[in-house]
This record gives sequence, structure tokens and C-alpha cells, in this order.
Amino acid sequence: MQLVLNEDQELLAKIAADFVREHSPVSRVRALRDAKDPVGFSRELWKQMAELGWLGIPYPESMGGAGLGFAELAVVLEALGRTLAPEPFLSTVLLGGQVLLRGGSDAQQAAWLPKLVKGEAILTLAYQEPRSRYDPRRVATRAEPDGTGLRLSGDKIQVLDGHVADALIVSARTAGDEADADGVGLFLVRAGAEGLEVERQLRIDSRNASLLRLRRVPAEAVAGGAELLERVVDLATAGLCAEMLGAMSEIFDVTLDYLRTREQFGVPIGSFQALKHRAAQLFIEIELARSAVMAATRALDEELDDASSLVSLAKARCSDAFVRVGNESIQMHGGIGMTDEYDMGFYLKRARVAELSFGDAAYHRDRWARRSGY
Amino acid sequence: MGELEAFREEVRGWLLENAPRSLVGQSSSQLEGTWGGRKATYPNPDSRRWLDVAAERGFTAPTWPTAYGGGGLSPAEAKVLQQEMRKLELPLPLIGFGLTMIGPTLLQYGTEEQKLEHLPRICRGEIRWCQGYSEPSAGSDLASLKTRAVREGDTFVIDGEKVWTSYADLADWMFALVRTDPEAKKQAGITFLLLDMETPGVEVRPITLISGSSPFCETFFKDVRVPVANVVGTINGGWTVAKALLGHERSMIADAFGGGSGRGGGARLPELAREYLGEANGGVADPLLRDAIAQNEMDTRCFHLTVQRARDAAKAGHAPGPESSLFKVYATELNQRRYELMIAIAGPQGLGWEGPGFDAEELARTREWLRSRGNTIEGGTSEIQLNIIAKRVLRLPD
Ligand SMILES: Cc1cc2nc3c(=O)[nH]c(=O)nc-3n(C[C@H](O)[C@H](O)[C@H](O)COP(=O)(O)OP(=O)(O)OC[C@H]3O[C@@H](n4cnc5c(N)ncnc54)[C@H](O)[C@@H]3O)c2cc1C
Repeated sequence: MQLVLNEDQELLAKIAADFVREHSPVSRVRALRDAKDPVGFSRELWKQMAELGWLGIPYPESMGGAGLGFAELAVVLEALGRTLAPEPFLSTVLLGGQVLLRGGSDAQQAAWLPKLVKGEAILTLAYQEPRSRYDPRRVATRAEPDGTGLRLSGDKIQVLDGHVADALIVSARTAGDEADADGVGLFLVRAGAEGLEVERQLRIDSRNASLLRLRRVPAEAVAGGAELLERVVDLATAGLCAEMLGAMSEIFDVTLDYLRTREQFGVPIGSFQALKHRAAQLFIEIELARSAVMAATRALDEELDDASSLVSLAKARCSDAFVRVGNESIQMHGGIGMTDEYDMGFYLKRARVAELSFGDAAYHRDRWARRSGY
Repeated sequence: MGELEAFREEVRGWLLENAPRSLVGQSSSQLEGTWGGRKATYPNPDSRRWLDVAAERGFTAPTWPTAYGGGGLSPAEAKVLQQEMRKLELPLPLIGFGLTMIGPTLLQYGTEEQKLEHLPRICRGEIRWCQGYSEPSAGSDLASLKTRAVREGDTFVIDGEKVWTSYADLADWMFALVRTDPEAKKQAGITFLLLDMETPGVEVRPITLISGSSPFCETFFKDVRVPVANVVGTINGGWTVAKALLGHERSMIADAFGGGSGRGGGARLPELAREYLGEANGGVADPLLRDAIAQNEMDTRCFHLTVQRARDAAKAGHAPGPESSLFKVYATELNQRRYELMIAIAGPQGLGWEGPGFDAEELARTREWLRSRGNTIEGGTSEIQLNIIAKRVLRLPD
């Protein structure tokens, strides 16, 4: 594993940074929020990102993708994270699409993945439940045979982009009790299916999430159970970490600028050692987070044995670091940091949501310890 | 088979043939092992033999040129050697400030005569070095040092006092900072020079640390005469050399502490916790300590990944990035947290000083914990490292 960007990846990073600067300022997130936009992201930009080849990065060329890996995808997600771009990468490219890529039948793949790569289909994964907290194997939703087909019943929460998804992959059990490790399967449900109720949820970060109520909803099975689910959640976690890394780097840069320019007592506040040392500590946290994200994405690409542990390492680090950088950035801005008009609040809110998505730091330390045999 | 793999085969064969059997499985860090020097003591005869065969092959200083007693290996080859030694858990044949501090500095700033005089003797473990930087009133503010050197023809006459000089009582030579121009701005009047500790007028008094050992000393100079030819770099230009050496020192410290390579650190925390706290559900019984252990092990892994990232970037031809500036401060704090955790795990068994009721490992661990408090002071305190990051990397105003 090489923890350095190669030339192609550096070029990709530059293209992504230019794109973000030109098309995706943070003001976009504010505008979507204030307008209570019914879609919650820009379909037009999504299409442009597809044309740049970004949605197809981790998909094979036969489906219109680039056949690249998560190291490349992370470069793009980090750039998008800098301005909190709300386009549905996590739900579509990393969750729903990856389940189909790894567990879908030929027909399911043909029906959805080429469209996904072109930006013409939104997919998602509905796995979290009111009582599951962070454990993807804890599933109360049930799948029951119905003639030749299957019907799902249960509730799912905080389903990313659920209200705009064209297809939803839903975890449900065919056997066992809610807490059993076995008996979990994955099923494809189409938007608008009979018995499916989707209600938009409003979280602090104003990104898309939905409540799902399933009452005997017709579904098709996808091959693969809890193991595939866990692997795909790992992939999405690594992607989210890259986004978090971009976002924390951005507010750290903004805060450093503020430390250099804001004056009190006749000097720049960045000359106060109390603030210098705190800034230096944040710098250390961010550098360490970067190493972890690079290692996790490369370990997934190379299918290393400890890939899941490295994903947990990255998520624990990024969760702690992003929240800390968010809190400290507001503190070092003083009053202005507390205003809705200033952008800092958007980052802190995203930090908290990201921290608690796919498991918080304590969850991932526990997972690391378990995987290390203690 | 690639060239590197051929080299690996060769090294493996050489190690199996030459490394004393009794040392296999006895790995150590940069800070414990065979220091060499005129007053050298060896834990056992095999350590001496290991030093001699390794020095013969140039493996005490693998990347130094063969002309100076080194192995002439490329960085990639040196890494292979290190990996193969790790596999056998062999201790380093030789450690010390000669190899890690003054050697690399002489390679950069020394004259050809100085290199030929000192480097081969360092490689063979004949001369042990100490560092004469700190003084009673010049610690973090090192450039305010006062030890004076007055020129008389081809000689400097030195008067003054150094403190915290690690192992001055066991060292043969010192690299020292002295003031040669009291009128100039403080950084501009400093000279870096080398002196034999047996020169008349040098006096050394050991100081006892809170851990009970006395690895460092006060060093006094009274009319100590040192040839001008022993100046490294230029007269009054010593600050540049001094800073370069500090860079080597900090990476050595980060290397030694970044991941529990010390003796007590060698025990894996989870095993230690199982031993003292018992098991529940196949894991460590105490949930809070278990979480703290995971945190420490994850931070350690993350630190190693960051070191790797810096190396990979260097190999790819990038200039050193900002990440390397955090090594010293983070590695030392990590090492301290690790020892704190070991003491917490041992509970009352971590309180022993000597005598009955505590086994040798417990007693050693407790003293190492006390010693570890110095990690964030020696080689430039953590506060100073954070100042450097704020200024050089983050470019925050003075
Ligand atoms: C185990 C050990 C081994 C050592 N070995 C050697 C050796 O071999 N040779 C040698 O020359 N020296 C050696 N030293 C000395 C070491 O380099 C100094 O102790 C260190 O540089 C600090 O200097 P000081 O002790 O005078 O503390 P001071 O500089 O007086 O510092 C006291 C406190 O003030 C803080 N402080 C000082 N200046 C600032 C600032 N600008 N901003 C914020 N905080 C500040 C420090 O961080 C520290 O917390 C060793 C020290 C130890 C502990």
C-alpha cells in the first residue's frame, strides 16, 4: 500500500478542486436549505459529475464506469466535502449501487448500474432501524414469502436520499430474532411500490434523509446477507471519512485565515499562544486523520485482511477530529462563529451527523478491539 | 527475482549465519542496547560479538558510505535489512548518539578529515558521544547559552557549564555548542565543536532522576583547550549545524517512542490487561480500560501510517510535507499515554519501587513510566514543538 497520491490521482484532485470552486460554493447548501428544496441537491450538478466520470469511478468499464477504486473516489469526495456538496454519492454510488455491484443478479445490474453511472438513477440502502443504533446486523424488518415473490414489513430510519431514490435496497430478515447474527437478507424495492411510505426527515445538517414504513411491500431478493451489508457499510464509511476530511480541512483553513487577520489588543489573535497551540493540535489531528483515510481506502481497494479495522480506525479518527475542529473553529471565531449568516455552523452540524453515521468513535473502537481479539 | 528480493535473500542468509543465536528474540529500541565506547559494558559476550560482525559488514550504519565504515545501502535496502532483523527480533548491534545524531550531522557538515576521523570509530562502536547543548539558564531558549570559547591561536579555551548531559559520565566525546562571539545577536555567536571528554578541565557529575537512575549529568568546563580544527561548520555559524542535529534527534526520538518499542512497551496492552484484569466475553473485562487500550493502539497505528505516508511521499520525490513536524510531539505523548495506561492496568502492582511483592517486570515498568515523563521535555519540549508547528507550518504571526 502506497500512502501517496499518484500522478493521475493528483490530477483528479485538481480537477475536483477547480470544479468545486466554480460550481459548488457552500452558499448552495444554504440556498437549498432556505428554499426547503424538494429534491435536496442539484440534479443538474449530479449530471455534470456523472459526465466527469465521477459516479462511475468504482464501477467496471462494462457498465460505463472507470474501473478505478476507492482511493480515487476519496479524492473526489474530499474535494466535495470542502464545501459540503449534498449530491447523493453516499446513498447511490457507495451504498445502493455497491450492494447491486457485489450481490445483484445480471438482470438487476443491467437494470440499474449503467443508469446509475450516467446519473439517471438514484439508489439507496435502508438498513438503520429505530432500535438498531449502529449495528447493521440488528434487523427487525421481516421478509415473508408471498406466492412466487416476497413482501417486506418494518420501519427504517434516516435513509439517505430515500425520498428521491428510484430503488431502495432494504435489509430484512427471513429467519431469526432481531438480534440474531444470521437470517439477514437484502432486497430491492422500487420507488412507489405498494405499501411503501416514505417521509422526509429533517436533520440538523439539512441533508436528505427519510423515514420508511414498509407494510407488505413487494421486493426482489439480492444475493448476499449480513456480510455483504457490513462490507458495503465499510465502503460507505470510508467514503464518508474522505468527505469529513475535506470538510475539516476547509474550516481549519478558514480558521487559520481568521487567526491571521482578526485583531484584538492591537495584534492578530493568531499571535496568542493559547490559540497557536490549539491550532497546532488541530493540525496534528487532521494530519493523522488523513493518513487513516488514505490507508482505509487503499486497504479496501487491495482487499487487505485488516481493511475493516482500518475503516474503523479512519472513522473513529475522523469522528473525533471533525467534531473537535468544528467546535474549536467556532470558539476561535468568537461571536461571529455563532451566527447562522456565517458558514461555520453548517460544518459543525454536518460534523455531528457524520460523527453518528455508520457508528461513532466509541463504536469503532469497540469494533477494532473485537477484530483484534480483545 | 527483483534486485531487492535478491538482497533480502542475501541479508537473511547473512543474519542466520552471523547473528548470535542467543540474541534472536531479544529486540530492543534505539534507546536500550549496546552503546559502545571506551567504557562500554556488554550485557553478554554475544552482544559484543554481534557488534563486531555487524560493524565488519557495515550494518551498524547501513546507509552511510562504505568509505566511512557504513554499509553503503540504499534506503530501500536498509529497510529490507531492518525488516529482516525485525523478523528475527534481533536487537540493534549498536545504538547511540554517534549513529543517530552527530554521525548524520558530520555527513552533512563535517570536513573530509572529520568524517574520516570520527565516522569509522562510531560505526565500530569505539567512541560513545554525548550532547552538550542545554545549560542551567538555556533550555528551551537554547540560543541564549553562555559557555564561552575564547580563541588562542589554533585553540579554543572553553569555560562554562552544561546540564542534563545524558550519559556524559559514560561518553568519550561530546558535541557541544559554545559562545564564540558574545557581542553578536544570540544565534549568530554560537559555534558547534567536538571535544574529547578526557581533555583536562572537563568534570562530570551525575544527576539522579525521578526514576532512580542517573542517565544524565552536569558537565563543567574549566580552561578546556580544544583545537580549532574541531569546529563543525563555520566559527559563529554553529546554530545552523545545531538545528540540523536537532532534526536528527527528534526523528530518532519519534522513531524510538512511536509505538511502544521500549521494553515495557513491547508487552501488548491487551495481553497485559487480560493478565491483570481478567476476561469477559473473550475480551478485556474492564470496559473503560478496554476502550482506552483500543484508543491507544489505534492512535499508534495511525502514527505509524503517518510516518509511512511521509516516507512514501519522500520516495515519490516530494519535499518533506507538513506531516513530519508532528512526529516528535505526537510520538512522545503517545508513549506517555501508553505508560500511564500500563500503570492503570497494573493497579496496585504498579506502585513498587524495589523489594518483595513485585516482580522484575513490574518494577522495571514502573520506572520506565517515570522515565517516560521526560519524553515530552528532552529534545525540545512539546510546547516548543507546537510553537514550531504554529510558526513554520501554520504561519501564524509572532
Ligand atoms: C531525560 C532528558 C534527557 C536530556 N538529555 C539532554 C542531553 O543529552 N543534552 C542536552 O543538551 N540536553 C538534554 N536534555 C535537556 C532538554 O533538552 C531540556 O530539558 C529542554 O530543552 C527544556 O529545557 P529546560 O529544562 O531548561 O526547561 P525550560 O526551557 O525552562 O522550560 C520549562 C517549561 O516552560 C515551557 N516553555 C519554555 N519556553 C516556552 C515557550 N517559548 N513557549 C511555551 N512554553 C515554553 C517548556 O515547554 C516547559 O514546559 C535532556 C532532558 C531530559 C528530560
